[in-house]
Amino acid sequence: MTTQTTPHEGEMTVTFVETDEQQQLRGMLRDFLGSRATSERVREVMQTDAGVDDAAWKELGEYGLLGLTVPEAHGGAGSTFVELAIVVEEAGKRLLPVPLLSSAVLGTTVLQRAGTSQQLQRWLPDVATGATRLALAHLDERGRLTADPGVRATRDGDGWRLTGTAGYVIDGHTADLLLTAAVTDDGLALFAVPGDAAGLSREPLPALDLTRPLATLRFDGVHVDAEAALTGGDPITALHDGIAAGVVALACEQVGGAQEVLSTTTAYARERIQFGRAIGSFQAVKHRLAEDLVKLEAARSAALHAARAIAAGDRQEIAIAAPMAKALCSEVYETIAADGIQLAGGIGFTWEHDAHLYFKRAKATKLLLGDPHLHRRLLGDVLSL
Amino acid sequence: MSTDEREQVEAQLQALFAAHPPADTPEPEFWGAQFDHGLAWVQFPEGVGGLGVSPRWQAEVNRRIEAAGGSIRNRYLNILGIGMGAGTLLAHGTEEQQRRFLRPMFTTEEIWCQLFSEPGAGSDLAALSTTAVREGDTWIVNGQKVWNTLAHLAKWGLLVTRTDPDVPKHAGLTYFVVDMEAEGVDVRPLYQITGEAEFNEVYFDDVHIPDSMRIGAVGEGWTVAMTTLMNERVAIGGNVAPRGSGAIAHAVEAWKRTDGSDPVARDQLLGYWIEAEALRLTAIRAGEAARRGTPGPEGSTAKLHWADLNKAITSFAIDLMGPEGVTYPGGYEFVRPELTATRTEDPHKAFLRARANSIEGGTSEIMKNILGERVLGLPGEPRVDKNVAWRDVPRS
Ligand SMILES: Cc1cc2nc3c(=O)[nH]c(=O)nc-3n(C[C@H](O)[C@H](O)[C@H](O)COP(=O)(O)OP(=O)(O)OC[C@H]3O[C@@H](n4cnc5c(N)ncnc54)[C@H](O)[C@@H]3O)c2cc1C
Repeated sequence: MTTQTTPHEGEMTVTFVETDEQQQLRGMLRDFLGSRATSERVREVMQTDAGVDDAAWKELGEYGLLGLTVPEAHGGAGSTFVELAIVVEEAGKRLLPVPLLSSAVLGTTVLQRAGTSQQLQRWLPDVATGATRLALAHLDERGRLTADPGVRATRDGDGWRLTGTAGYVIDGHTADLLLTAAVTDDGLALFAVPGDAAGLSREPLPALDLTRPLATLRFDGVHVDAEAALTGGDPITALHDGIAAGVVALACEQVGGAQEVLSTTTAYARERIQFGRAIGSFQAVKHRLAEDLVKLEAARSAALHAARAIAAGDRQEIAIAAPMAKALCSEVYETIAADGIQLAGGIGFTWEHDAHLYFKRAKATKLLLGDPHLHRRLLGDVLSL
Repeated sequence: MSTDEREQVEAQLQALFAAHPPADTPEPEFWGAQFDHGLAWVQFPEGVGGLGVSPRWQAEVNRRIEAAGGSIRNRYLNILGIGMGAGTLLAHGTEEQQRRFLRPMFTTEEIWCQLFSEPGAGSDLAALSTTAVREGDTWIVNGQKVWNTLAHLAKWGLLVTRTDPDVPKHAGLTYFVVDMEAEGVDVRPLYQITGEAEFNEVYFDDVHIPDSMRIGAVGEGWTVAMTTLMNERVAIGGNVAPRGSGAIAHAVEAWKRTDGSDPVARDQLLGYWIEAEALRLTAIRAGEAARRGTPGPEGSTAKLHWADLNKAITSFAIDLMGPEGVTYPGGYEFVRPELTATRTEDPHKAFLRARANSIEGGTSEIMKNILGERVLGLPGEPRVDKNVAWRDVPRS
């Protein structure tokens, strides 16, 4: 290592120091989630058809935590993505089954980038309280992100007619407003389609991770009015920004989950006795946990930095920090969650132990919004490698 | 407070630059002036190379000196003195010792080495057997040390000895500064995997050390040695290199010389790039946390991560070279270098040198024990030597 400290030219100033307010936010969330998102509660919710903890969602809205990145003029808190990332990370620790990613991150970002001022006025205040839940439908039926999103929109009088299928929509069957990418004769466009629109059917997908529901949306000639077209910004940029925010939020969620698993596993290794000693005193166990800690700290650095890049709106840095965080945090979470099962032994393989919930969340988040290979490829393109 | 500190540092920098333009002043002279202006270790008290301000200003001082065309390579030339010895002297030395040693240390007029490890005591440092026996105001030292970096250039050595074999191992140690030119000190080169001899064996045959060269109390050598090792880790963890520099730069360069058609290699390269950058960010986090007085686990994970990652990346860079990977440009020279090879610019040498990263300054296994026990709070190993006199413990 060298002692050079000069940052690269054009590199944003890197800092990780949390403000007192941010620390208070963390503390408050820990209290709230500790009592509300218990293992029993999460399991209860994940067996329901909707798969959403409505009560917890409502309370988060009342605390003002669902419109953190929404400006005050539109009923939000006017905070930054750093605060939102804290909520996501803490929620990730408890596997809280609420549409944070779909609505507060993906939906809110895309809507803010693509909506006209009237549209923002009309929808954002309810999004900020949680009364309106957004979901983003941008993948085709097989979950691929392609130039042709699987839905086609044609002019229909004053409004539009949507036909086709969007797949793998996170919280797609419970959202109130579906931000749907569709091809038109003039290229890609975005529409805000009400969840109860005639001709729209929504089927939940049997999901690996029961704590994060997915749905297939079938548009069978769904008519929407002209006001449904989001025409306030370039739809491709809006989608791009929304996905980048989602990618970084997932990385933060992964750090939260990995931290929780590592803490639980470490606590278990302190208590579980075999051969007359705590298993954590055996180096095979101790060293594995130490390695996991090393990985976790690196992942945390990457995720926090990416969140700050989004908050700073530094596009150049986001293009590096976001894929980097997603690739690294995905792999770290998967490793730590897998070790969580292994180091708990037989009990770790049972349904009643929570290890599998985190393991499934880890795998699902690894694949959602692009797997590590894809993100490394994207990063390579940015770095011209 | 911090604006005052900034002004204080700024005033000293201005005064230093005015009297000793960094680009035009010979290195040792400049470093001496830097010391006199309190800019050697800014956090040290005035008079012994510091200003008594927050250590965070040191990075700024270094940056400014380099920007003005000056050099901070004394930190590498005298890495064991400036990085580890100075902090030890400040914490446990007498004022007289500090005034005698710190300035010539900083100017590199007197190089320092660390005489801790022995053939029978590496990871288990407290097991060491080099003895020091008191005769009036003098200590007579006998024994052998090993793997002592830069001992061939050193004027002074940081030495830990056994002064009482009848108490448990940690209790019977005493710490000294030893004159490497004293009679009975024999330094022999020890060639390494790279063909260089950065380190040495050092033999002590009835070496006399005056009691005034003792650091800390008799029997308190372990505490003093711990300070040295803590400083070593801070020296490693506190450094933040620019994005994309170091080992990953070698790998990137090697990749650019391929035809770029292997997607697996590209994926691996980017995986390493990401890890290197995440580690760099972690070092920034660790620095911030330390400066705020709330150090977290990130400081302790950095050394382990760096050691293992540096080995992996330098090895991967050689893989990328294909046929060229089996060459060793420049050949094995069998020299005794004036610097540790850590900063080598040659990827082949960097690859070989990296093997040491998980051994020097505490092996990765020991680092994992420390992380597991001190940070994660896992129980320690069963101890067979805890309440046993050093004399009665088995050794190899
Ligand atoms: C380049 C380089 C420079 C050095 N410079 C100096 C110097 O300037 N001054 C100085 O005094 N020393 C120096 N050293 C020595 C270094 O500190 C020791 O090599 C190191 O502490 C390991 O000790 P050892 O070599 O005796 O290995 P050992 O302690 O014998 O270890 C052998 C193996 O056993 C493992 N092991 C040992 N104990 C445990 C345990 N409890 N649990 C699990 N695994 C264990 C180790 O991790 C290692 O893999 C240097 C070493 C290198 C490589």
